[in-house]
Amino acid sequence: MNYRRRKTTNYIMLGICIAAFFIGAIFLFWILGDVFLKGIKYINWKLFVELPKPPGIPEGGFGNAILGTFILTILASIIGIPIGIMAGVYVTEYGSGKLAWWTKFLTEILSSFPTIIIGIFIYILIVVPMKTFSALSGGIALSIIMLPVIAKSTEESIKMIPVSVREASYALGVPKWRTILRIVIPSAGSGIVTGIMMSIARIMGETAPLLFTSLNNNYWSYKLNEPIGSLTVLIFNYATSPYEDWRNMAWAAALILVFIVLILNIIAHIYTGKREKR
Amino acid sequence: MRIGDRIFKILAVFSSLIIVGLVIGLFIELLVTSIPSIKKFGIKFIIDTVWDPVAEKFGALPAIYGTLVTSLISLLISFPISIGIAIFLSELSPPFFRRTLSFIIELLGAVPSLIYGMWGLFTLSPLIQLKVGPFLQNILGFLPFFQGYPTGVGYLNAGVVLSIMIIPTISSLSREVFMAVPMDQREAGYALGMTKWEVIRKVVLGNAKSGIFAAGILGLGRALGEAVAVTMVIGNFYNISVSLFSPGVTITSVIINEFVEAVGGLKISALIELALILFIITFFVMGFARYYILRRIENK
Repeated sequence: MNYRRRKTTNYIMLGICIAAFFIGAIFLFWILGDVFLKGIKYINWKLFVELPKPPGIPEGGFGNAILGTFILTILASIIGIPIGIMAGVYVTEYGSGKLAWWTKFLTEILSSFPTIIIGIFIYILIVVPMKTFSALSGGIALSIIMLPVIAKSTEESIKMIPVSVREASYALGVPKWRTILRIVIPSAGSGIVTGIMMSIARIMGETAPLLFTSLNNNYWSYKLNEPIGSLTVLIFNYATSPYEDWRNMAWAAALILVFIVLILNIIAHIYTGKREKR
Repeated sequence: MRIGDRIFKILAVFSSLIIVGLVIGLFIELLVTSIPSIKKFGIKFIIDTVWDPVAEKFGALPAIYGTLVTSLISLLISFPISIGIAIFLSELSPPFFRRTLSFIIELLGAVPSLIYGMWGLFTLSPLIQLKVGPFLQNILGFLPFFQGYPTGVGYLNAGVVLSIMIIPTISSLSREVFMAVPMDQREAGYALGMTKWEVIRKVVLGNAKSGIFAAGILGLGRALGEAVAVTMVIGNFYNISVSLFSPGVTITSVIINEFVEAVGGLKISALIELALILFIITFFVMGFARYYILRRIENK
């Protein structure tokens, strides 16, 4: 192969790689732009405070679904965050045997496991015995989706803490559990917080598990043993409905959802950047 | 003395056991609940093509077929693009912007799958029906894959939507693998007078072969289990068709669409057997890739 041909191949292939990046970026901006342009027209304050109306009747909102999404997220966080952090602690601080290996391996698998299966799992485990779809079951399903994300980020950020820090604490006579709680976890705090934010962003966008657990509710609901509305299930129902005004509502709800998820991701991104610079 | 230590350790062990127990519990529960269906249909469940709740006949082949076809289309489209992106990010992008540029691709993974479904249903499907479909038929119409009238929704639409969704999975993993290739190996390549592309192809890709293979498998695993987006764009027609334009079903779409109306015990059991099949497929696909990667990283 002569030199010119090699050089041409070089430029062509590098050009293709750059083009590949732009394809990815274009799709992102296309999808986000689509949601923005179609949703922004229907955004108004009533969406946040009113209840859904039947198709054909103008106005109405989905305040209950927004509230439901927050209730489900908080519920999932209460269950998922402590267990996730402790599992991460176990793997780094105590684990060296079989259990640690299996935890790591299954965490990896669970973190990209089909969430629909988790929904069905909770359906059989909780919804069937309770004989009703409920906010509680939705929260538990989401907490299972959170778990591996938090366990992984905890593990990774605790690993970065040097042994000398721990030894300094032991030398002062501090027991291991206090060292972990007071020294190790706070030092790894920003990494863990980023993980928590990412996992919250992820569960807020989950639909499939909620279809089998919290289902939907067209009214304000605070009870944990009753079905509860959520943004994602509302979008799914409205977007696949044949009614024009419901579809428009779905775009507005999609815009709100995307906005929340993107903000969480951007904050996490900036936060990680600051941490790395230090 | 040290009672705190003991309690804390028990809590940590307990949390780990929850994760391990969850996966095992999941499997056992799906297996037990699908026993009525397994007993009734046996192997016929995965080779029959009829889904008739009234006659209580359940065959899962169209769903399994749809899941595999859409995932393979998505992998075919997404794999080369993702590798290109990974090369761009690790080898070509200016270091100062690298983090921001990577973040743009990562955001593709942060967008909820539901949003992809809406985009596929309302934006991509008219495009396939009116522009892409006729265009493909003009140039490749002789192939069986592109026969028939493009309805917009169907295997092709689901494949394209999935391919965008798995780009971040494949590209971010591949990028990590590329970055792990030592700098001096690249420099050795340049010292031999290789062009940049030759270094990327021979040194970087050569070193990262098994890593990008695993990344592709993980992307496939994600595509297999995707539920809501696929349900919105697959067309939900219980059928096996070679034509990519025709509507079909996937395992996840059948579960979502049929579960709500499921009343009979046998139907629920059949749906859960579908979930069990999905569990087994994804567990082995992911387990294989993860084991592959985990072991390699631990060996280093």
